[in-house]
Amino acid sequence: MTEKLKLATASLCGCFGCHMSLLDIDERILELVQLVEFDRSPFTDIKKIGHCDIGIIEGGVANAENVEVLREFRAHCKVLIAFGACAINGGIPAMRNQFELKECLEESYVDGIGVYNRMIPDDPEIPMLLNKVHPIHEVVQIDHFLPGCPPSGDAIWTFLTGLIEGRPVSLPYGQIRYD
Amino acid sequence: MVALPDPEDFTRELLVASNSDRGRLLQYLHAIQQRYSHIPETSVHQLALALRLSESRIRGVIGFYSFLHDTPRGDYDILFSDSITDHMLGSRVLLGDLCTRLGVEPGLPRADGRVTVDVTSCTGMCDQGPAILINGQAVTRLDNFRISSIAALIENLTPLDEWPSELFEVQDNIRRADILLSRGSCGGGALRALVEKGADTIFGEIATSGLRGRGGAGFNTAMKWKFCRAARDDEMNDRVVICNADEGEPGTFKDRVLLNSHADDVFEGMTLCAGIIGARHGYLYLRGEYLYMKHALEETLAQRRRDGLLGQNILGQAGFDFDIEIHLGAGAYVCGEESALIESLEGKRGVPRVRPPFPVTHGYLGKPTVVNNVETFMAAAKIALEGANWFRAVGTEQSTGTKLHSISGDCDRPGIYEFPFGVSIQQVLEECGAADTLAVQVAGAAGSTIPPAEFHRSIAFEDISSGGSFMVFGRHRDLLDMVQNFSRFFVHESCGFCTPCRVGGVLLKDLVDKVHAGRAGTADIQELHRIGTVVKLTSHCGLGTEAANPVLDTLGKFPSIYEKHLTQADYQPAFDLDAALQDARDLSGRDDAGAHIRTDL
Ligand SMILES: Cc1cc2nc3c(=O)[nH]c(=O)nc-3n(C[C@H](O)[C@H](O)[C@H](O)COP(=O)(O)O)c2cc1C
Ligand code: SF4
Ligand code: SF4
Repeated sequence: MTEKLKLATASLCGCFGCHMSLLDIDERILELVQLVEFDRSPFTDIKKIGHCDIGIIEGGVANAENVEVLREFRAHCKVLIAFGACAINGGIPAMRNQFELKECLEESYVDGIGVYNRMIPDDPEIPMLLNKVHPIHEVVQIDHFLPGCPPSGDAIWTFLTGLIEGRPVSLPYGQIRYD
Repeated sequence: MVALPDPEDFTRELLVASNSDRGRLLQYLHAIQQRYSHIPETSVHQLALALRLSESRIRGVIGFYSFLHDTPRGDYDILFSDSITDHMLGSRVLLGDLCTRLGVEPGLPRADGRVTVDVTSCTGMCDQGPAILINGQAVTRLDNFRISSIAALIENLTPLDEWPSELFEVQDNIRRADILLSRGSCGGGALRALVEKGADTIFGEIATSGLRGRGGAGFNTAMKWKFCRAARDDEMNDRVVICNADEGEPGTFKDRVLLNSHADDVFEGMTLCAGIIGARHGYLYLRGEYLYMKHALEETLAQRRRDGLLGQNILGQAGFDFDIEIHLGAGAYVCGEESALIESLEGKRGVPRVRPPFPVTHGYLGKPTVVNNVETFMAAAKIALEGANWFRAVGTEQSTGTKLHSISGDCDRPGIYEFPFGVSIQQVLEECGAADTLAVQVAGAAGSTIPPAEFHRSIAFEDISSGGSFMVFGRHRDLLDMVQNFSRFFVHESCGFCTPCRVGGVLLKDLVDKVHAGRAGTADIQELHRIGTVVKLTSHCGLGTEAANPVLDTLGKFPSIYEKHLTQADYQPAFDLDAALQDARDLSGRDDAGAHIRTDL
């Protein structure tokens, strides 16, 4: 058998719901690991990405660290996928785009109820926020978009197996219907 | 400003005066907006109770229309027409200037509530721009002097009805008249012909004339009327005639001129249609931007009633009953689409219906309904009077008669031109005094971009069809400005009902902005092609199916306007990443390495 494809995943500004949904493929995960080897991913806890065939990104770009992780993924993955609504559109975190960053930080750290030591944090450990949340295709080039909040386990399975086998992917209506 | 009556009393009076009619919801909201510069909570509550609608339904309507607001605008609410032709005449600079003079941010009321300055889609004054609407009234031919007078009038709190009347002058600018515009008014002649010769004979004339709709799609008018007549075989005459005067296509203003100077013929055409199909109710759906004409139009209707040309027993014929009511739109281009127009006329959000069934069988309140353009009704009236042969004598085989063109942009004589169908683009350019032309945009933002190599082509349904917008772009223009303006227009005007147009439109706009900012690579151009095609193929109504035209047309015919903006790289981020951290740096006071985007990646 030829060498397995390498797969990496990351969550940027998302809720990990998309990753949880990837686990909803249930026992098919055993088949999946026959087909691919997981590289950097919350599932493996590998922190540094190696050369990969497929990269999956959950969540949008909200801070400087998101930008760096995303660019690293782009540099290391042959194919990069925007996975779920937040990666595709910015999603729930992008609701803050209606406000200025100042208003958001003041609400959280200065004016909010029950806040102690009221100040906007300045610790260099904390990733710097971008003034708006962006979909990932505005920062790097993306090859495929898989919609859903989150995409269902079945949709992920249809998509990944098609991609791995090099077939054109066509999702049945039931898998991209959300009401 | 003088103290206003309590909105509760005002709303109650509105409701009482018209028997709390649900279909009038938009008209009530319009009146309240005009008076209070927004729709107060109490009014929403009252309307909900009186019309037995939920409050959220009413808020949904307020949210849909650009001219309705749930928070107060300034006492003087100024909207700059944001058409590309207004830009070309310098509107952006004037907008900046007015904001500076008045000390306002665009879109936000001044702290004292005196004034707001904002933009709106094309107001139909492209031949005499830059133009604004102020509290709904049109002001044209803006220049520095007019801007400074307006600023002074506002600072002095001069009531609008005491402003110099020349500010509100709107010109017809008819530059070329052919068979339609060179004749005097029908003056009831078309209706007398109907009564004397009978409906079948006159219908026969309309059918023989080959008249096709002037709103853009070019559907055969006689066939539409026949379908509507046949849709119900009772003799209740419970059909409806609607004149589409929404005229929202950027660059079109010929319906404005017809309603200003030939309204009598337009109403005559509607009445003729009613007589032929058997209708008792008619509506003129007038775009909100043309509010300033409403009073005069109502006068014309009143005069026709006095002359026995409207109302009960028209021309003394027992049972020939027909009357026309004017409904105002409220700043929504999609309401020009006939089924959205009907929704709006019923007092709802203007979301296009699923068709079929078509309005001819299930239209206003489910009744068989004819919707025609202003120019179509006028032409029908003239045909009834002058005969089919008179009409067929000009034009082409499949496009008989003439067409009115609204010409604007880089030419010496912008205005209204009536040409026989089949006229070439080149001929039109010569007559309007356009030299050194880079491109012509025919049929508005939803139309097509024509390069010089195709100026020999003709305007007719057989070749380039048009609803009447003709915008000229001179050699010195960057056509990408036009594409950007149109992409923004479609995003603003999408009704949001279907995903390809709602989301695809934004993706297109963002990509065009990216090209414009010099950040796009070849991959982005492929993406524009791909998304444009999806939007075109999968949108629900004509707005979405045409929204990608400016992008797709110019990608095909003017690739250089994109190429010259492209970066060498295949791909670049859509925005300046490090600059996007500036707010966070300012707020946290940090400037360490981690407070910048790493450049070594
Ligand atoms: C987005 C959109 C906007 C339209 N705007 C107008 C308009 O402003 N005026 C008009 O007469 N027709 C407009 N139309 C066309 C109408 O749907 C309809 O075809 C027309 O009013 C029929 O009249 P006609 O047969 O006399 O042309 C529009 C269509 C679409 C899809
Ligand atoms: S798309 Fe939905 S599930 Fe996925 S990260 Fe965003 S919010 Fe969570
Ligand atoms: S194409 Fe656009 S305007 Fe038409 S229904 Fe869809 S969202 Fe609404």
